[in-house]
Amino acid sequence: MSFLLTCPNCGVREVTDFGYGGEINPRPKTDPSFRELNAYNYFRTNTAGVQREWWFHRSGCRAWFCAERDTTTNEVLKTELP
Amino acid sequence: MSRLAPQPGERIDRTRQISFTFDGKRVTAFEGDTIGSALYAAGRRTFSRSFKYHRRRGLMCVAGQCPNCICSVDGAPGARACIEPAREGLVVEHVNATPSLEHDVMEITDRAGTTFTPPGFYYKTFIRPRRLWPLYEKLLRNAAGLGKLRNEQPEREWRTEYRRRHADVLVVGGGIAGLSAATAAAHAGADVVLADEGLGGQLSNLDELTAAARDAGVEIIDGGSALGSFDGLVPVWQGDTLHQVRAARHVFATGTIEQPLVFARNDLPGVMLSGGALRLAQSYAVAPGRRAVIATTSDRGLRAAATLRGLGVQVVAVCDLRPEPNELGRALRRAGVPVFAGHTVIEARGRKGVDTAIIAPIAGGDEHSFDVDLVLMSGGAMPATSLLLQAGARTEYDERHGHFALAQLPAGVFAAGEVAGVTGDDAVARSGELAGLRAAHELGFGDADTRDRLDVLETAPADALADEVTVAPAVAGAGRGKCFACFCEDVTSKDIGLSIDEGYDSIELSKRYTTVTMGPCQGRMCQLQSVRLMAQHNGTSLGDVGVTTARPPWVSVPMGILGGRPVEPAKRSSIHSRHRALGANVKWAGDWRRAYDYGDPAGEALAVNRAAGLIDVSTLGKLLVRGSDAGVFLDRLYPNRFSDLKPGRIRYGVISSDAGRIVDDGTICRLDDETYYVTTTSSGAGAVEEWFGWWLADWMLDVRITDLTQGIAAVNLAGPRAREIMSAVCDIDCSNDAFKYLDGKHATIAGVRCLVLRIGFVGEVGYEIHCPAALGEHVWDALIAAGEPHGLRPFGLEPQRVLRLQKMHILVGQDTDSESTPFTAAMPWIVKLDKEQDFIGKWALTHYSEQPPSIALVGFTLSNGDVPTEGAVVLGEDGSPAGQVTSSRHSPALDRTIGMAWVPAALAHDGAKITISDVGRQLAAEIQTRPFYDPDGELLRS
Repeated sequence: MSFLLTCPNCGVREVTDFGYGGEINPRPKTDPSFRELNAYNYFRTNTAGVQREWWFHRSGCRAWFCAERDTTTNEVLKTELP
Repeated sequence: MSRLAPQPGERIDRTRQISFTFDGKRVTAFEGDTIGSALYAAGRRTFSRSFKYHRRRGLMCVAGQCPNCICSVDGAPGARACIEPAREGLVVEHVNATPSLEHDVMEITDRAGTTFTPPGFYYKTFIRPRRLWPLYEKLLRNAAGLGKLRNEQPEREWRTEYRRRHADVLVVGGGIAGLSAATAAAHAGADVVLADEGLGGQLSNLDELTAAARDAGVEIIDGGSALGSFDGLVPVWQGDTLHQVRAARHVFATGTIEQPLVFARNDLPGVMLSGGALRLAQSYAVAPGRRAVIATTSDRGLRAAATLRGLGVQVVAVCDLRPEPNELGRALRRAGVPVFAGHTVIEARGRKGVDTAIIAPIAGGDEHSFDVDLVLMSGGAMPATSLLLQAGARTEYDERHGHFALAQLPAGVFAAGEVAGVTGDDAVARSGELAGLRAAHELGFGDADTRDRLDVLETAPADALADEVTVAPAVAGAGRGKCFACFCEDVTSKDIGLSIDEGYDSIELSKRYTTVTMGPCQGRMCQLQSVRLMAQHNGTSLGDVGVTTARPPWVSVPMGILGGRPVEPAKRSSIHSRHRALGANVKWAGDWRRAYDYGDPAGEALAVNRAAGLIDVSTLGKLLVRGSDAGVFLDRLYPNRFSDLKPGRIRYGVISSDAGRIVDDGTICRLDDETYYVTTTSSGAGAVEEWFGWWLADWMLDVRITDLTQGIAAVNLAGPRAREIMSAVCDIDCSNDAFKYLDGKHATIAGVRCLVLRIGFVGEVGYEIHCPAALGEHVWDALIAAGEPHGLRPFGLEPQRVLRLQKMHILVGQDTDSESTPFTAAMPWIVKLDKEQDFIGKWALTHYSEQPPSIALVGFTLSNGDVPTEGAVVLGEDGSPAGQVTSSRHSPALDRTIGMAWVPAALAHDGAKITISDVGRQLAAEIQTRPFYDPDGELLRS
């Protein structure tokens, strides 16, 4: 796997510069049921296609940002600060 | 060491002699020699034994392309002697021969002949009887492979530096075409990287071109081999660095590879490529032989003949495979060299090396025999298209040259020089310049001048076709001995035929069955030969046979380069030199180099309990959390409260995930209304900062996080005499009323303003002193000096672990794992479920609080002095595994074994008996739930 990501602060960098934060998985707003809590903690959509996800510029500015990436081609369509 | 007279382009420095050993014998060399050139100069002709038949092999290509000189250098197998620089003191050893290179018992496989080991031999022979397979496997594994890997190596010996390089243009190849392309693109304004394997040595104007490229701003990766093309990412291997080059445009100027001819015993030492012989002579001033026969399909071999004659090699015959001699051939004849047109070498004879060459007309006819010690082959120049193919180019069979030539290039990829079919230095230079300018202009670089130049080059008439060439026969002299198509895997012309007869009749299948093209040369010496043999056998054209898919890596590369441990900078505290001076036992602790002890861990621990100790805790993670929402932010991150913490006070905190699992722990001191000083574990510093940053990104509170870990040094002064020492060095009142347990105050120590946290990780009155890293040594020295009259001793990580265990203070990651919750880690009090505010982990922790945990973290003691291994199993009542020892030590202060373990919740009460199973021992232990030392914390608060 090798592709590029554009850090909103630093610019284009190799993917290995970044930490992957997983697909964006919003935290439940109110007291979730046990099932909802489990779903939030342990289940992911695992989209084959474009998904929104968290990335962390670990070897750079150490900012968290959001990306839209096609998981089938690794094409990164968009990156932005949250 | 015999050498020719000084050569104009020689790489050796005759004034600097060095030496290395080959199989234990000393070999002298000049600076600039390769291992191969030095050995050849010293008279060595056999360099290795072949893969399957253990035949003698000698230098052939002298360019790191064929497998014939593979050896082991300083214990690392897989080096090519012909390109590996000779360096003082190297230990070079042969591979694949037992007991020695000269006497190899496995030579028997060659004598036994091909009836014994045809392709597929293993699959067919070692399948029955099945039960013997384990025995077969052992024998085969011993016989297989080239060289031996060492079983172990020092933990941090091999490290790979991974470097990423983003450029406008990457040029692969440091010959005339590559350098011209790089210079042209750089002049047009592009950021250019050039990977140069450094094999173009004998070209006279190369130094000038290289200097011009550097002047133009090209970054040249010297000795850098491009390994492959992965969707535009080209890894370039240079020493122990892997440059991952990503460029917008690629220019491949990878040249051509001179091809061997397939004839009987074409692998004998002394059979060489014409270019290899020239390199030996011109770059290293080593005579390749005394009497030579040369067989060639083009003028290249004729020119080599003329050059070698000039260097004193007697050329006894030249076989020009073309039907009529041309002007160059006639000139050689006039000079007295017998030139045989339409002839080729059909057999080489000799035991340890060539002593006789037999030539005959290609069409058959009278043979001639010559006494020689050198047979040179020049079987055509195959374009080195592998990297281009990997990048998406396509090749087609070229009838005239008898090889596969570039037919189509993908967008953004250019080919320049001989790989693109251009010959002649000037034409090659122009094709390089054109490719470089095109690449730069496509990216929008360049100006009117470069545009004009580009127009001139693009409209220039094509260069006249250069040398007349002919296509070598698939094999000559078949039936007179083994004719090798593939030197790496010992595949003969007969083997290819056999594989086709058995049904492996496509080149891809034959490749997999015979392993032709799968050896270290990656097809350089055998691709074309195997295709020709298949076409001949099938009666089809080469174009129909096609070529196998080009795959990375293009050069043999150590696994460590591809997947080895990266270079990880060692972290050292700013006080590290003091630990060294004190003779500390320094070990790795994560990325840090830390003092484990100063030679007497038990004595150091006792000093803390009885007088005072000083430990460097600069490795702690230190975060400054500031902003009007800082308190709210921490309330949301921790299961306990921080917004109600008073400025100047400290509280312990455990971070849990939303699944309720412990992530990290540490202390938090509120410095003022809007500022908190958060410490984390040493190993968790980076992860906690990421964790905080992630939630902050989501919540968008008015908070700023600053990681001070590297900028702040910290030491912990602890022990019954710590207060007296502290009072002596600082400017504030350290009495227990003025500076209570869990107070955090600023104080000036030896002139340095420090933050002093009164906490007690080691269980005694303790002051954790934080100061600017640059002044760490100064503060350390002041404390050591002030503590001396009080019996202060520096103590290391190991005694600290004993001391904290006496207090049952957990180490996250040691006494907890990824499943641990505050409830199973004996810290239910830290979870404030009544907190009105939501916090990370609240829902899961609510759930866990309602369910009694099945296991508990407790202490245990052992009376008989045994210390169980950490990780030993705690047995349940029925004797099955039910828990685990997480920490265990001998406590010098209590003089008994203490530890912590996960045990079934039913056993988590004082006095319960447990059995620990530890590597065959059964140890009886007794549970203790309260700290072993000062259980009520009276000393800590005093």
